[in-house]
Amino acid sequence: MDSLNTRLAALRGGTSPVGFSARTIAGLNENPGCARRALLDASGADKDRIGARVGFPGRFGQSPFALARGRVFEEQIKANGAAQLLRLLREKLGLTIEEAAYLPLEDVGDNTGRELRARHTTAQLLRAAREGDDAGTLFDHPMLRLRVAGCTAYLEPDLVAFQVGGRFHVVEIKSFAVIDGQVDGEQVTAAARQAAVYVLALRELLADHGLDPETVSHEVLLVTPADFTNRPVVSLIDVRKQLAAVRRVLARMSRVETLLDALPEGVSFDLAPDDDGDPTRDPAELAAALHQIPARYRPGCRAHCELAAFCRDEARCADSLDVFGPAVGGMLGGVDTVCAALGLAEGTRAPAEDEAEIARALRHAETLRSGLG
Amino acid sequence: MSGLLTVLEKMHAARTGYARPLRRFRHHHLVDEPLVIVPLKLAGEAAAPLGCAVGTDPDEPVLLTVPQPRNRDLQHAFFTDLAHVVLGYVAARQGETEEVVPRGGEPRLRYADAPQILVPNRPALDHLGLTGRLTRFQETEDDVPLLGRWLTFFADRAEYPGSSLALALTDLLTAQWATGQSDLEDANLAMLLAWICPPEGTTGAAAAQVAENPLDFPPAGPATDPDFDGLVLQPAVQGYDRAVDAGDPVAAARAEAKVREAVTSQLMPTWRLMWKGLRRLRELPEAAGCEQRWAADRDRFTRHVDRIAEGGPPQPRHDHAVAAAARLATLERAQSRFEAQQAVDDPFVLAELRTTGEAFGGTVVAGEPDRTEVTAKGRTVLRPRLTVRTEDPVRVDDDQAYVCPDRPKQNVRIREIAEDESGCLLVLDVVSGMGTVKKPVPIPEPGETVRYTRVPPQWGGQDFPAPEETPWTHGGPPPGSEEPQGAEQ
Repeated sequence: MDSLNTRLAALRGGTSPVGFSARTIAGLNENPGCARRALLDASGADKDRIGARVGFPGRFGQSPFALARGRVFEEQIKANGAAQLLRLLREKLGLTIEEAAYLPLEDVGDNTGRELRARHTTAQLLRAAREGDDAGTLFDHPMLRLRVAGCTAYLEPDLVAFQVGGRFHVVEIKSFAVIDGQVDGEQVTAAARQAAVYVLALRELLADHGLDPETVSHEVLLVTPADFTNRPVVSLIDVRKQLAAVRRVLARMSRVETLLDALPEGVSFDLAPDDDGDPTRDPAELAAALHQIPARYRPGCRAHCELAAFCRDEARCADSLDVFGPAVGGMLGGVDTVCAALGLAEGTRAPAEDEAEIARALRHAETLRSGLG
Repeated sequence: MSGLLTVLEKMHAARTGYARPLRRFRHHHLVDEPLVIVPLKLAGEAAAPLGCAVGTDPDEPVLLTVPQPRNRDLQHAFFTDLAHVVLGYVAARQGETEEVVPRGGEPRLRYADAPQILVPNRPALDHLGLTGRLTRFQETEDDVPLLGRWLTFFADRAEYPGSSLALALTDLLTAQWATGQSDLEDANLAMLLAWICPPEGTTGAAAAQVAENPLDFPPAGPATDPDFDGLVLQPAVQGYDRAVDAGDPVAAARAEAKVREAVTSQLMPTWRLMWKGLRRLRELPEAAGCEQRWAADRDRFTRHVDRIAEGGPPQPRHDHAVAAAARLATLERAQSRFEAQQAVDDPFVLAELRTTGEAFGGTVVAGEPDRTEVTAKGRTVLRPRLTVRTEDPVRVDDDQAYVCPDRPKQNVRIREIAEDESGCLLVLDVVSGMGTVKKPVPIPEPGETVRYTRVPPQWGGQDFPAPEETPWTHGGPPPGSEEPQGAEQ
């Protein structure tokens, strides 16, 4: 364990680290400028339990109906050696796959340990890449590894197809519906980001073993149900943009040291669990530790960060414009608080040099406002 | 629209803890008897109905629930019941008609009344659209396909700026009031209404915090709370499945009642909020432009009734290229007309536009009421001119005509802008409504305070050739083909 890891582990304290998933890695792209989240994530701190301990329990449950729907659709696609998927690949992508091998990598014998599975996956994928005679193999639930902030994250794509057009393709199976060719943009973006993480992990695997990483296609196969049925459709999604974003955010995570250096001595997110695993850390002390690291709260945080409610409360108490969202902050360029903005508008606060223009606009708007009676 | 004035009102709301008005008038017509629909769907499915509260009487909602939302037969039974309510409501608006005689056009009849559907939020409108898409192509003998065509019609009109045929309550409320919270939180009906009508003795800010708890304030849908799904709904639905599998009709009826009770517990709080919000909105005076917009809505309604009566086909899956482009152009015109009309009708809106320079106001410092010009044909016409001092950041658009709401018939154009140390001077030419040399109409006098905003674009106007006249190279039908079909994918 290097010194960075030691320092991050110390920050986390006596709790076991929370691992990264493709979803959480993809989520790092949301609000990447938030130092608080970067440090908590890098240290593997359990944000959900920390939030609960400081009085802001998160609500991140998924409906069992949604989970079940996802599971059933995935099983359907993978049934009979992924017969449905192969038919789609032939019809939609014009592939000349006569027969395809289907290789489940979900467990190795009886052993389902992540590291063992990852080694097994590596061996299988490398053999396929080197020998090239496994054309048309579908790898079910391979276990991939990716270094995130000095730690190993284990990732499990739904399927990896080899070879489709001579390359590896990540296959994402999602149960949101495509209706008349229309689909919810947000959900596709989320799927593309997640798939980009898998592409990156696969490419690193190949590169680590002296193989051409470009053998992994930047085009991902997204399989979704069509209209109101269970009939699957496959779409090709170019994830180059998302790949670049994931690379950037991972590079940033590896520079987490600069954030650590800025921390005062003795800051820790330790929940100090007792023998039953229940936290004993004084909530006020824990909250004080969190306040030591600057956050960048945005209303959208609540969709992806368990601490969002805590940070919102902090922003409210600080009278910060952040509670309204980045658009309002952008319009008032440089003014940080409600009090300052109203002070400028009402003329009770002298504008700083760089505030002259916005102060004039605010005073003008306030005059119009009071003229309305 | 979110200009600096709205932002300022948000700040004031945050400081005081109470919502602040953004409009003096309500710019959507509200009928005496709207059909309120609160739909819920099953998580993870595109449009599987879980239930809905629907009706025109706040005290007696029709509650429809589906004990196993994945079951197609039960879904169909739900749609049949919903069709009964919605189609009955729509039919009851087809009584009286009035004759419209457009200038230079054929007289036509339109209904004196029209339906109005109110749902909690935008996702609920989208859900109605999806439900319409799901049902309008069904080949059943009952009313379900017709329900689909009407729901599609309503969802479609909901995208049309200024239309009041189908409305989301959160849209109406956020247009009217600024709160001290973000747009994301404003999309939560319970939190939004908490700011606007907090219970006595608390601030809006405090009430909104309380209203954020989904246990006490279930989501307004169409998605349900995941915890509710896991703890309450799933066991109830599983109980129903077990009873049906066991072939026990008594147990099935009991289990169905349980699901119904669970879903009702999520519907009723939102149902009550719907009427509370509606009551608050009705207290506001209606803007002058509503009448004309509602007349256009009634025209649309009448046309849709005709289309169905004539045996026309259901709305297509996709607009083909020409229809899509025409629709986009229509929506843009409607948006710009609606914005301009609101500014004419409502001093709040006009003031907001003054912060961005789309409207302006100030004091008249000079006037030439008798000024004349000689036209190209040699006629002498009255062209009064006035000079207005303004502090507004006016954006000059040479082609734009402006109107003062106090003088709705008189239009001006900006001739010239001259800056000086205390603001700027605008030279305005009166280009219509000035009368004649012999009978001049008065123009604003020096010392008078004036406000001007863009003249709303006229109604109608066809910018696109008819589909059959569009060459196939531009998306028209290929020669010899009848109905262009939207591709499956």
